[in-house]
Amino acid sequence: MTTELLQVKNLKQYFPIKGGLLGRKINDVKAVDDISFSIKAGETLSIVGESGCGKSTTGRAILRLDEPTAGEIHFQGDDLLSLNKKEMRKKRKDLQIIFQDPYASINPRQTVRQVLNEAMEIQNVLPKEQRYDRMIELLETVGLGPDKLDRFPHEFSGGQRQRIGIARALAVDPKLIICDESVSALDVSIQAQVLNLLKKLQREFDLTYLFISHDLGVVRHISDRVVVMYLGKIVEIGDKKSLFDNPKHPYTKTLLSAIPVPDPKRKKDQIILKGDVPSPIDPPTGCRFHTRCPFATERCVTEVPELRNTTGMKNGHESACHYIEEIESGEMKPKY
Amino acid sequence: MESPKTIIKVDNLQTSFYTDKGEVKAVDGVSFEIPSGKTLGIVGESGSGKSITSLSVMRLIQDPGKIKGGQILFNGENLLDKSEAQMRRIRGNQISMIFQEPMTSLNPVFTVGDQIAEAYMIHEGKSKKEALRKALDMLKLVGIPSPEQRLKQYPHELSGGMRQRVMIAIALACNPELLIADEPTTALDVTIQAQILRLINNLQEELGMSVMLITHDLGVVAETCDYVAVMYAGKVVEYADVETLFESPKHPYTVGLLKSLPRHDIDQEGELEVIKGMVPTPDNLPKGCRFAPRCPFASDICADRLPELDELEDNSQVRCWIYTDEWDGKSGVSVKDDYGTFASKES
Repeated sequence: MTTELLQVKNLKQYFPIKGGLLGRKINDVKAVDDISFSIKAGETLSIVGESGCGKSTTGRAILRLDEPTAGEIHFQGDDLLSLNKKEMRKKRKDLQIIFQDPYASINPRQTVRQVLNEAMEIQNVLPKEQRYDRMIELLETVGLGPDKLDRFPHEFSGGQRQRIGIARALAVDPKLIICDESVSALDVSIQAQVLNLLKKLQREFDLTYLFISHDLGVVRHISDRVVVMYLGKIVEIGDKKSLFDNPKHPYTKTLLSAIPVPDPKRKKDQIILKGDVPSPIDPPTGCRFHTRCPFATERCVTEVPELRNTTGMKNGHESACHYIEEIESGEMKPKY
Repeated sequence: MESPKTIIKVDNLQTSFYTDKGEVKAVDGVSFEIPSGKTLGIVGESGSGKSITSLSVMRLIQDPGKIKGGQILFNGENLLDKSEAQMRRIRGNQISMIFQEPMTSLNPVFTVGDQIAEAYMIHEGKSKKEALRKALDMLKLVGIPSPEQRLKQYPHELSGGMRQRVMIAIALACNPELLIADEPTTALDVTIQAQILRLINNLQEELGMSVMLITHDLGVVAETCDYVAVMYAGKVVEYADVETLFESPKHPYTVGLLKSLPRHDIDQEGELEVIKGMVPTPDNLPKGCRFAPRCPFASDICADRLPELDELEDNSQVRCWIYTDEWDGKSGVSVKDDYGTFASKES
């Protein structure tokens, strides 16, 4: 079964910058600039990248928490962008999101019972009299005892709160869950518990995940396929193994080499980039990575590279670089 | 391993907070030392007391907190005996500190140049003009592009990585002997983190200073530190040189941490090992070993009595009953190799 659950086509999300005396639009922040990808039913697709690359914006755009500027988002055959507000709200039953900060995403004045009940009520998933049993079942599923039902969020630790966030998402029986940095705020030992829980739930309930994270260790663990973004563009996409073991884009390579490895004996050749990520208001022309790329040429400044697959790359693995072959063969050397 | 000179020796440090609920022992008998020119990493999760340890060394603990015991010997002198005026001369001059969030530790209404220059004016009595000239040199040293222009800018005009470089410039302005870095790269992206860590390493070699690095990231420790202290619930549970710690971790907590870390560089099939349960709150600590309720190896003695930090044959130190003669659990266990088996048996 390789049916595509979600298809994103040419998605653009620009945020206007207003200024001047009349508050007119003077420019755009091009947070997501023409990206396309799809997610198969039952898989975990991750989007990785640094701050400002557009990964969270992509997740929010799919749920229409922000209205995308252009593009198409097909979910089980429907174009989400053509739905009206009411229809979209109904669709959100199938599309849930778990945020990074469980402190901020759960109403502090509601008990767990109210949080879960509200979710079920809005989507009308169960008749009232069956909801209590379902809530207890949900708590058990995410590893919390039934005694927690009438507690308030402040009575829980960060890891437990994230479990409540997960229970709330599960309450409406979704098909796709967007996890936006869902384990990033947790301590390592708790993070591992929540990651294992997410994997278990995926098996049990046939869930599909769009996993947004800056942590490549977490991504390698949880994903089937990975998308790497830089300044609003996809620079590389592929199955987990290809992407981590055989990265092709200079940015992906840098990103992987920059992460500290918990093994002091592995002295690796770290590629250290110069400078910061440029502003998405006026992104660099051509390849957006050219200002920091050690291989960049004149062509990279003028010509936008397309995602492509070439010899030595597995099916479905694509990189947006003009010089995949030349870098691979060693014909082009990095200029540090 | 006896090194020629010890820059700082912390001995049985105890820092408590006195709240309505009673005394909270945030740091409870922590001891370590840093050889001159070396880097000590202090790792631990939230609530382990690692940040309070670093603030205690700087004597920056505020009400209702109090350093209630121990010694902090800096070049042989006990910092706990110093007056506030004496401490002020030491801070920023001999011992400097950088924090996680450069935006909140920089003053938003002064220019970058003014803030670096201040250190020279206070500690070295330089004139404003001279101090600004030295500030410019510092900006160059920490690798900020177009430093002349940056000198006149305000913190909000800089990116996160730039701000952290400015913080480092301020911290290093007076050539401190010890730099305390509290999660200096946690708020930064990985490519910027790599730049900052390399910068700290290079400057350390150039200036010959010692570094105390507080972090939760074992990867950062492996790449930058010479020695490591692992903290859990206010106590050091393991201390070793960096190679020994990663190659043969001793304490079940250290082993659990290493195993629960998702790695980007190797395949880990199936589930991650976990440390079950949660860190105990400091107002409700277990009676015996503080890790016992979460430890897959825990035996009767662990629940009953707190173990000491003992030195083993390979010079590492560990606070665990398994390595003592009094161990009453299964004999012949290897914490590192058997962790998974024991952990899965339990759940």
